[in-house]
Amino acid sequence: MADLPARTLPGRRHISERAQELVTAYLCLLPWVLGFLGFTLGPMLYSFGLSFFESDMLTKTYFVGLGNYRDLLYDELFLQSLKVTAIYAFSAVPLGNVVAILVALLLNQKIIGLGVWRTIYYLPSVISGVAVAVLWLQIFNPRMGLINSTLRLVGIEGPAWLFSEQWALPSIIIMSLWGAGGSMLLFLAGLQGIPTQLYEAAMIDGASSLTRFLAITIPMLTPTIFFNLVIGLIGGFQFFSESYIMTAGGPNNATLSMVLYLFRKAFLQMRFGYASAVAWILFFIVVTFTIILVRSSDRWVYYEGEMRR
Amino acid sequence: MRRETAEAARPTDRLPTWRAPGPRQRQRMRLARALFRQVWLWLLVIPAAAVFLTPWAWMITTAGKEASEIWHMPPIWIPHVYHWDNFLKAWNVGGFAVNYRNTLTICITNVAGTVFACALAAFAFARLRFPGRDVFFIVVLSTMMLPGQVTMIPLYVIFSKMGWVNTLKPLIVPAFFGDAFHIFLLRQFFLTISTELDDAARIDGCSRFGVFLRILLPLVKPALAVVTIGVFTWAWNDFMGPLIYINSTDLFTITLGLNRFVGRTTMDLQFLMAMTAVSTLLPIVAFFTTQRYMIQGIVITGIKG
Repeated sequence: MADLPARTLPGRRHISERAQELVTAYLCLLPWVLGFLGFTLGPMLYSFGLSFFESDMLTKTYFVGLGNYRDLLYDELFLQSLKVTAIYAFSAVPLGNVVAILVALLLNQKIIGLGVWRTIYYLPSVISGVAVAVLWLQIFNPRMGLINSTLRLVGIEGPAWLFSEQWALPSIIIMSLWGAGGSMLLFLAGLQGIPTQLYEAAMIDGASSLTRFLAITIPMLTPTIFFNLVIGLIGGFQFFSESYIMTAGGPNNATLSMVLYLFRKAFLQMRFGYASAVAWILFFIVVTFTIILVRSSDRWVYYEGEMRR
Repeated sequence: MRRETAEAARPTDRLPTWRAPGPRQRQRMRLARALFRQVWLWLLVIPAAAVFLTPWAWMITTAGKEASEIWHMPPIWIPHVYHWDNFLKAWNVGGFAVNYRNTLTICITNVAGTVFACALAAFAFARLRFPGRDVFFIVVLSTMMLPGQVTMIPLYVIFSKMGWVNTLKPLIVPAFFGDAFHIFLLRQFFLTISTELDDAARIDGCSRFGVFLRILLPLVKPALAVVTIGVFTWAWNDFMGPLIYINSTDLFTITLGLNRFVGRTTMDLQFLMAMTAVSTLLPIVAFFTTQRYMIQGIVITGIKG
């Protein structure tokens, strides 16, 4: 922006341009800064401190040092929730991405009515998790839900889905695939950004479709894959409403996610210190995997226009 | 053919010579290949789309059934008569008017607050110079990655000490302080606007803030549309926030209202499906109205690469 001398602006002779700019900037940023301090940083520090206490916020609050963290190591329910969350995150996210890539590839083939198909695949990811959970709770109904009734028509007696210890978590994973449309859109955008000269050159050299896919499409998609993996994992570790609404963590804690466990400890059992410790462990896990992904990205993500080291 | 020697006739002597396909033959081959390609494409797309559409179809058809049709064996897919009055009955039985009112209140205030705070901050990052601006922007961006659980409990404690539990306030007030994602989005859009317009306005005596209000904001309407729809949809679908802070049913949001009928209180399936279907209307409409802007937004923030 051009630096206009203060004297050309009426009534502002005594305040310099620079100072005006600074004041305006600080005023504009004030809401966010206040929010950050009050709703983000402050609470973060508070919850960190709280994790070293045993507290129900009403009657008793006493210091326990690392006691909460130590107890968590032996807490079977917590370890179960760790397992459930890990299984969910590391299955649902890659599976979802595979489905998304396949669908995106399909839609990238210049089909008639691309907009319609794109909408069909994207729509489920737009509605609320609650609506999805309520709907699929009925679809998975062992007696008269969509899936088992259909299977019964061909003579197969389907499993008890959400009521079966083995099938409950896979059911939730299957349901999450319905929402793959969000990543699909990004993959589609990524595919459309791949220069066609690459494919043409490959075809001239006689590459088969499979080779073209493996040598051009996948490498050029790695930035999008990276983004979807990071965002997906961060979200996957935090899954809550599916378990809460559909199975209440059961059967026999087969779908007890970490956030559900945290929720129960905090709001049902009123153990806010213990729950804060769980929250921080979750945070630590998410950050660790994000860093692992980012660090590893140097090796497998290809950005066009970047200098190769 | 004349043969000078007494060689045995070669079989190939009697076959027609192979000719390279002429232009018309090549065209026919191209068409055949294109047709073949379209066929297997449709063979894949249609079943896949059918799989994705089936849950919707089941939800909508079940919403119109009557009780006897739901439990029927063998299953009845399409009701004989579509009972549109199911929607009205479900609305009344479930008391959803209250839910919709509460959710709308939260959504509208969230949009107002977010646009206000984020546009201001984005303006500062895009147009104003101040020490540490770029470092500060990175700090803002890094807060995007924070999982909400670390702040969830202390926020609850703070709000509870302020007496805000079981009100809508904890779900409304924080929006007025902005969020990193939308600051990022709006900043990117502001940066695409040439500063010549700013300068022209300033020379004519416009204040910096005036430039923001009268020049920049009107020019980023697509981005504001994206922010509006995004925040509205997010607040519409939010479950955990209301779950933590709201206890009395007359303050329930739509998400809590739907969840209520999955637990101890039950509702006939056709009514539940009807209400679930209605709750998805707004996000769907929102999506259709901003499809164009969303794709533009993704491209501008360069997320795909």
